[in-house]
Amino acid sequence: MNKVFMSGNHTFAESAIRAGCRCYFGYPITPQNELGEYMANHMRKAGGVFIQSESETAAINMVIGAAATGTRAMTSSSSPGISLKQEGISFLAGFELPAVIVNVMRGGPGLGNIAPAQGDYFQATRGGGHGDYRTPVFAPASVQEIADLTAHAFNVADRYRTPVMLLSDGMMGQMKEPVVFSEPVTDFPEKEWALKGRGDGPSRYLCSLILDALEMERHNWKLVRKYEEIEKNEVKYEEYMIDDAEIVVIAYGTTARIAKGAIKRVRKDGVRAGMIRPISLWPFPKKLLNNLASRVRQFVVFEMSTGQMLEDVQIALEGKADITFHGRPGGTVPTPIEFARIIYREYQKTVKKEK
Amino acid sequence: MKLKNPWPRYYKKDVVTHYCPGCGHGIVHRLVAEVLEEMDLGKRAICVNPAGCAVLAYLYFDFDVIESAHGRGTAIATGVKRSRPDLFVFTYQGDGDLSAIGTAETIHSANRGENITVIFINNAVYGMTGGQLAPTTLIDMKTTTTPAGRDPKYDGYPVHITDVVAQFPGVAYAERVAVDGPAGIRKTRKAIANAFQTQVDGLGYSIVEVLSPCPTNWKLTPVDSFKWITEVMTTEYPIGVLTDKRSKKE
Amino acid sequence: MGSNFQEGIIYQTMNKTAVKHTVKINYDMCKGCGLCIAYCTKKVLKESEHLNKAGYHYAEPDDTAQCSGCMICTLVCPEVVIEVYDE
Repeated sequence: MNKVFMSGNHTFAESAIRAGCRCYFGYPITPQNELGEYMANHMRKAGGVFIQSESETAAINMVIGAAATGTRAMTSSSSPGISLKQEGISFLAGFELPAVIVNVMRGGPGLGNIAPAQGDYFQATRGGGHGDYRTPVFAPASVQEIADLTAHAFNVADRYRTPVMLLSDGMMGQMKEPVVFSEPVTDFPEKEWALKGRGDGPSRYLCSLILDALEMERHNWKLVRKYEEIEKNEVKYEEYMIDDAEIVVIAYGTTARIAKGAIKRVRKDGVRAGMIRPISLWPFPKKLLNNLASRVRQFVVFEMSTGQMLEDVQIALEGKADITFHGRPGGTVPTPIEFARIIYREYQKTVKKEK
Repeated sequence: MKLKNPWPRYYKKDVVTHYCPGCGHGIVHRLVAEVLEEMDLGKRAICVNPAGCAVLAYLYFDFDVIESAHGRGTAIATGVKRSRPDLFVFTYQGDGDLSAIGTAETIHSANRGENITVIFINNAVYGMTGGQLAPTTLIDMKTTTTPAGRDPKYDGYPVHITDVVAQFPGVAYAERVAVDGPAGIRKTRKAIANAFQTQVDGLGYSIVEVLSPCPTNWKLTPVDSFKWITEVMTTEYPIGVLTDKRSKKE
Repeated sequence: MGSNFQEGIIYQTMNKTAVKHTVKINYDMCKGCGLCIAYCTKKVLKESEHLNKAGYHYAEPDDTAQCSGCMICTLVCPEVVIEVYDE
């Protein structure tokens, strides 16, 4: 397939259809309206189902219904809408049903605004609904990566029978970039657990209600074993100019794009800066950072929030290195110069002084 | 010795239900199983039943069931039916589920004319949680959250959700029946069969509202609960076919 | 049905071919709601003095009355514990 020029929102949709998603349920909310509109134009042609539901709550529950029959299903929304889906996501986790949920983040809390932000990190990575569960979360930083990670998300969801979240933001959703799509998937994993009517066999049921506490506990530990597998196999990150880096930035999504510009800038002034860009926000690349901290003394965390991934970095580094945080919440988008100044100042204050 | 009423094929045997003595759920569960057997739908049936007294229906129904979050039954059923139109999909919901927390899902699945059937058990209280006010609680009726009786000034009026959705073009069949005695139970079985047939014929949304006894929370005996439905409840919720657009949809 | 069934009562119909009906109730699973007793047209069923394992006065066929095989008891029973047999 050759290269096309497409927005992030459209790419989520096109990539999902190519990945064999045959049920999309969504509700309009800026800045991701174009995703649903794309589905409206293309899903039925692909032989799938598109419904604009009455609410985000209804949409996530329609996903549950479709997923229960073994169908690859997806919903998308932006921050406030994702809050409405949390109950459904918790049920997906409890049911152990695969699904893909796209969050094109915007400023918050409350109605916030429609500008890009990263204030939903905790909600996404800590299991935003009720009960003991986690969801794999992948954060693209380009339209091409949206295409790749959407397909990846469906595979991870099926492989582990879990809801998977794609975390991007308004800028990435609206932004257009060249993208190359992989060929449409045609063969899908057989899902014998899916409900298809009992036929001549025994009746089966899907339920997350487990009244017996010991049974519920067993179910919780079973889910934990699944999460440990995911943590072992599904960590994804990008290393940028790390090999000789003396000061390392940690940032994801749009913020990481901006940080790359800053790093190029300070490199010209002889500052050996690099970056680790987590692509899987959960499972977070803890080991990688911890190992890095044996060599690198100074880390700088950039987020378009008041500091949420920051806590994962603190956990990962276990105090082995200094961390400086610089965040711009509420939908304001930082600039490369702004980041460059901070990297330069930290570099002077710490790394240079030690030499 | 010939058994006149063999065990319903799609109803699990030797399982003591958790329902209270005289609860209407036990009767309607059996009717659903009998009609599914009669219409040979059990093999491809999927019931979506949300939280409420009947949340454990999967322990009794002997066909596939998806248990749903409170109020989300018709949304899940939409996802099931749209992804697998060949399956026979119906929800089995209570009054709070369907006309309080799940109002939007109920209204819009009906408005989309989803080709599903809704079995709506109206027992005028929240049973599972101990007898609180429901949208369908009658005026002056005492519940644990209307100790002095339901007062419209505070608690609003009994909701007629089935009458509302009956207006929608997408709703092909809507009937209200009552489990209030042998005749009422036979009518309930017929209504369920009509609604199921509506779905089989692909004519769109069908809903059967069943006025159902809840002796424990009404603080009446099972027999008096039947009478209360006949004499009192049907004055607020009259029995009858609310809409039947099936012929128009042929 | 459950294993512990008690023998019911035989009914002699009016016409020559004597169609006998037997009512059998699974006493352990009956919850004593009384609906079958109330709606039985021939008053065949009554509330037992005995309690079942769950502590309910279960319904049981009354020895003297005659069962007409009308099936109303099975219609109103919420627990599906009544069986009616033709001889």
